[in-house]
Amino acid sequence: MNAFDLSIWIPILPFAGFLLIGLIGKKYFPSISGWLATLFMGVAAALSIYVAIDYFFLSAPSDGHYIAQEIINIPWLQFTDSLSINMGVMLDPISVMMLVVVTFVSLMVHLYSTGYMHGEKRYATFFAYLQLFTFSMLGLVLSSNLFQIYIFWELVGVSSFLLIGFYFDKPSAVAASKKAFIVTRFADLFFLIGILIVGVTGDSFDFNTIIINLTSPEGAGKLSATFLGVSIITWALTLIFIGGAGKSAMFPLHIWLPDAMEGPTPVSALIHAATMVVAGVYLVARLFPVFILTGSGAIEIVAYIGIFSALFAAVIACTQTDIKRVLAYSTMSQIGYMMFALGVSNMHHTDGFTASMFHLFTHAFFKSLLFLGAGVVIHAVHSNDMRDMGALRKYLPVTHLTFLIGCLAIAGVPPFAGFFSKESILHAAYATHPDIFYLALITSGLTAFYMFRLYFSIFWGQKEIHLHHFHGEAGWSMKLPLIMLGTLSVITGFVPFAEYITADGIPHLAETDIMFSIAPVLMGLTGIGIAMIMYKSANALPDRVASAGKSVYRWAYHKFYIDELYIFITKKVIFNLIGRPAAWIDRTIVDGTMNLIALMTTEISDSVKGMQSGKVQGYAMYFFAGVIGLGLLCLYIWL
Amino acid sequence: MSPISLNHILFISTALFFIGMYGLFTRRNMITMLMAIELILNSVNINFVAFNKYLWPGNLDGVFFSIFIIAIAAAEAAVAIAIIINIYRNHNSIDVADTEEMKY
Amino acid sequence: MMNLNILVAIPILTAFGLIAVKGLSRTRIVAFTGACIQLILSVFLFFAYQAEQHKGNTDQYVFTQQYDWFPTLGIHYQVGVDGISVAMILLTAFVVLAGVLVSWKQEKWSKEFFLLLTLLSAGAYGYFIATDLFTLFFFLEVAVIPKFLLIGIWGSGKKEYAAMKLALMLMGGSALVFVGLIGTYFWGGYSFDMQAADTIQMPVDKQMIFFPFLFAGFGIFTAMFPFHTWVPDGHSSAPTAASMFLAGISMKLGGYGCLRAAVFLMPEAAHAYQGAIITVAAIAIIYGAFATLMQTDLKYINAYSSVSHCGFVLLGIGMLNETAINGAVLQMVSHGLMTALFFAAIGMVYERTHTRMVKDISGMLKATPFIGTVFILAGLCSLGLPGMSGFVAEMTVFMGGWQAGDALYQFATILACASIVVTAVYILRAAGKTMMGPILHSEYSLFKDAGWNERGAAFLLLAGIFIMGLAPFVLTNIIYPGTADMMQRITEGSISTFELLK
Repeated sequence: MNAFDLSIWIPILPFAGFLLIGLIGKKYFPSISGWLATLFMGVAAALSIYVAIDYFFLSAPSDGHYIAQEIINIPWLQFTDSLSINMGVMLDPISVMMLVVVTFVSLMVHLYSTGYMHGEKRYATFFAYLQLFTFSMLGLVLSSNLFQIYIFWELVGVSSFLLIGFYFDKPSAVAASKKAFIVTRFADLFFLIGILIVGVTGDSFDFNTIIINLTSPEGAGKLSATFLGVSIITWALTLIFIGGAGKSAMFPLHIWLPDAMEGPTPVSALIHAATMVVAGVYLVARLFPVFILTGSGAIEIVAYIGIFSALFAAVIACTQTDIKRVLAYSTMSQIGYMMFALGVSNMHHTDGFTASMFHLFTHAFFKSLLFLGAGVVIHAVHSNDMRDMGALRKYLPVTHLTFLIGCLAIAGVPPFAGFFSKESILHAAYATHPDIFYLALITSGLTAFYMFRLYFSIFWGQKEIHLHHFHGEAGWSMKLPLIMLGTLSVITGFVPFAEYITADGIPHLAETDIMFSIAPVLMGLTGIGIAMIMYKSANALPDRVASAGKSVYRWAYHKFYIDELYIFITKKVIFNLIGRPAAWIDRTIVDGTMNLIALMTTEISDSVKGMQSGKVQGYAMYFFAGVIGLGLLCLYIWL
Repeated sequence: MSPISLNHILFISTALFFIGMYGLFTRRNMITMLMAIELILNSVNINFVAFNKYLWPGNLDGVFFSIFIIAIAAAEAAVAIAIIINIYRNHNSIDVADTEEMKY
Repeated sequence: MMNLNILVAIPILTAFGLIAVKGLSRTRIVAFTGACIQLILSVFLFFAYQAEQHKGNTDQYVFTQQYDWFPTLGIHYQVGVDGISVAMILLTAFVVLAGVLVSWKQEKWSKEFFLLLTLLSAGAYGYFIATDLFTLFFFLEVAVIPKFLLIGIWGSGKKEYAAMKLALMLMGGSALVFVGLIGTYFWGGYSFDMQAADTIQMPVDKQMIFFPFLFAGFGIFTAMFPFHTWVPDGHSSAPTAASMFLAGISMKLGGYGCLRAAVFLMPEAAHAYQGAIITVAAIAIIYGAFATLMQTDLKYINAYSSVSHCGFVLLGIGMLNETAINGAVLQMVSHGLMTALFFAAIGMVYERTHTRMVKDISGMLKATPFIGTVFILAGLCSLGLPGMSGFVAEMTVFMGGWQAGDALYQFATILACASIVVTAVYILRAAGKTMMGPILHSEYSLFKDAGWNERGAAFLLLAGIFIMGLAPFVLTNIIYPGTADMMQRITEGSISTFELLK
């Protein structure tokens, strides 16, 4: 069997695992369900690596031009002759790359979870959900059409909902899961409308057909129509981008991501760091040829939302004390990087595409590494708050080392992976949008600062803490993923990414400009240095800095009051100004009218029922009066 | 002395009719009301016989009708008195004002 | 070949059987057997219909039969099915069996209870197979009366008020329908025959008079704004099985009638009133959704969400294009299954907690995992999760709505899309509060999880939901030909309206 044909089994495996564990495993073999799920993931990961090797090396076309291949494409729901939702599997460079990332990180998280979730009552359920999520995510990356991506988009949303709310008897977890689902759902509304516009305008949902239809001259004619002075294509792509921004936690739809940390830590590593949250980036990358069409302003929106989110999240991350929240904001910030890397591209400069995908690739490894490390720390300390931690390097040597690797990678220190990908992003930004380049430079300094603030607070510091019930660092099922991801965080940077993944499929030469790298690396080292001075050993400096920039610090600490703004809008405006009146109108006016009609009928019958007195003589009177009346009427008519 | 004209007879039957009517509307005693109804029926009988005699002397239709009515009136009186007796048993009264369960 | 009369005969035989037997255990076994046979027959009909199509039968209605009823008035007892009716019959069979299972422990007057349920289902089956307008109307009436008794006798809360309100409003709807039928009879060639309707063209000016009657009359059944207020009161007072029947089947009678009788027989008027229909439907969708936000009683939440979801049916019908009408039919089936499941879950919760107020329930998922899961699945279907029936139906309606092209219609479509966000909010609020969260009282630990009958009902409806959601082609294969047959006439209608306007 051809490797490409095997690719359809990659999503089917976790789905089978979900059904098996969810339907029968929960009851009959809960204790081995974790290993079963890991096994399924292992096979899926092996298959994806095989498919990737085959795609990039063995079956690579001789001219080096990678083309998209549709392995299967089955009509699932037909709307009209040309518009239908198909279920397909499409292999192209980015989907193959995502395939590897998703299956590998998922495998690591599965393995880690067998240790982390050990002893949990709903152990089997957890793995069933993880399998469901992995299935949905794989379906998403393999989608061959826009509606299919939307279907799996919703499915990853619901699996994320289930996993965030895994501890469903904790009200904060329930609230967080609801928030995540509703915020992303709200964004998906725009995505859906965007799909409708693109589908009807492009006369297809299939990616390749849409791209061909819309980039052709006739398509351009259709797209130049305007609505409210903005062209249809800009509308459609902006709406789709809003959907992506919701999933990828871009400002101002980011509010769900920090709260989503209520879920178990492996979930945060898998869903809210490595895979689901980059779906928005992936979506924009999928439609990249349409985004960079001239006349579409959407790409600019992508760029500026991206850089703003990157900077904004970095500032907030500097003030948070919950270690998972710091990581969440750093995720948001890094996704901002990926977004603006796509956004700075245009018809002639498509390096940003490669850079963005490169960063997505490396980020998946080092960020899931950081989360898994944080999970070990939380397991040991039984707290999320960095103020409860310190000097843990003695207790958790492996975690310490791998966490350090992750921090160095995200800070962009050579030769770790993050350095290369960030470097190429900055390069791409510098070429077209210098303003974004300088902001990104500042952000990279901040990134280094807050990551090392985290690192020093956890593993250094003078505070002696006592670990209660400390049973050693962790089992090998938890250490092995850390070590493997740590290794990958070092070596993936050396992958010559531009030779495999480019916007047009034609390989470029990978290049690194040493001179260019000086500024970012210096920024990063400065950040690390400041963090070291402030946090390596306990001192009063952090408090002094905080009080010096008091108002800024307070705003950043409260996440710029975005959450409060949302609560105001939903609670005060939507509930009180729309929901309540709607319910009131329904009960009082609409139903009131119905009741009024009924009441009037009763009243009228009440007033005439006196006629029915029960007195025989009265009836006789009416009768004779009637006869006489009729007689008179007859006389009047005939005489 | 002029012969008794149709008008005289009609006058009597009309008078009888309205006397019956008056009795029907004003009396509260059911027996009296029944008697009033008999008066009304008899006024009709008189009309039938009179019209037969004065307008179509050769025919007997009117006479037949009045005999018919007399027979029905007898049956009706029997049924009515049976009802009245039953009402009396239930209400200890044959006053119409006491039997108004059938209102509203 | 299949004799359709058997579909009406089985419930009637079941009813006789119910009269004959005594005691709860025998009664429910008779009712259960009847419902099972009916389900088997419906599934058989589904395959028979497809076999007929494979044979190359291109008639709009298959398995037709006709008997004289009042020949002098042109009234026939006439039956036949197309794909749409087959889909609705399947839905009815699923909901009826689930309803019987849910009321397994109906102690009070069980015989009468099952008898009325069976009668209601007989009305629904007859309605969906009728191809003569008078037969259709007859069965519509048959399906109304039992609801009054079911709510009035076995209901809870303000049951007399609710029963009266429901019966009066639905009867009002029937009266409007009857006026419309009279119109179609006198200006449609003195015939009630829907099969012959293709050849008969009502004068457009008469259509303009009678279409609103027919459409609004059927609209009342399907909770058309502003005649939807019987829905919340009726559903919330009804016993569980009756709620399931009401929302799952009765409300579909209206949508089916709007499509089959009103739009199909008077396409020109349908085009003329298109804007009004879409406006009303869009209002129902968005306003129903927001009204749901403020409800505190689980049954009210589901009832108001039904108003919103049935708006999709009217929206789809109002768009008058093939995709949207397919979507409307799919939405009828989907909503029937989903809302029946929801009411069943609410009934199970109520049976244990004896309250339906959202604020008084918490942690059901922990106390009774099965019921909690069913509730959450029903909620997820309601908010249109892919893989479940709601998604398929809603997306088809949206797609059709967007294709309609006109700015007003697209705006209505966007509003409808927006409602699914509001749906997510109220569903998650309700599910998050009642099913998730910590256990409130210690008595919760004494709750028994769902019994076999409740599990059976849930599995049955979930099977329907998932089959439709995972493999929509199973259903679209039979619905699409049915719609395609109707579309020809409906599209012709638009041409003549256009000429009329010129």
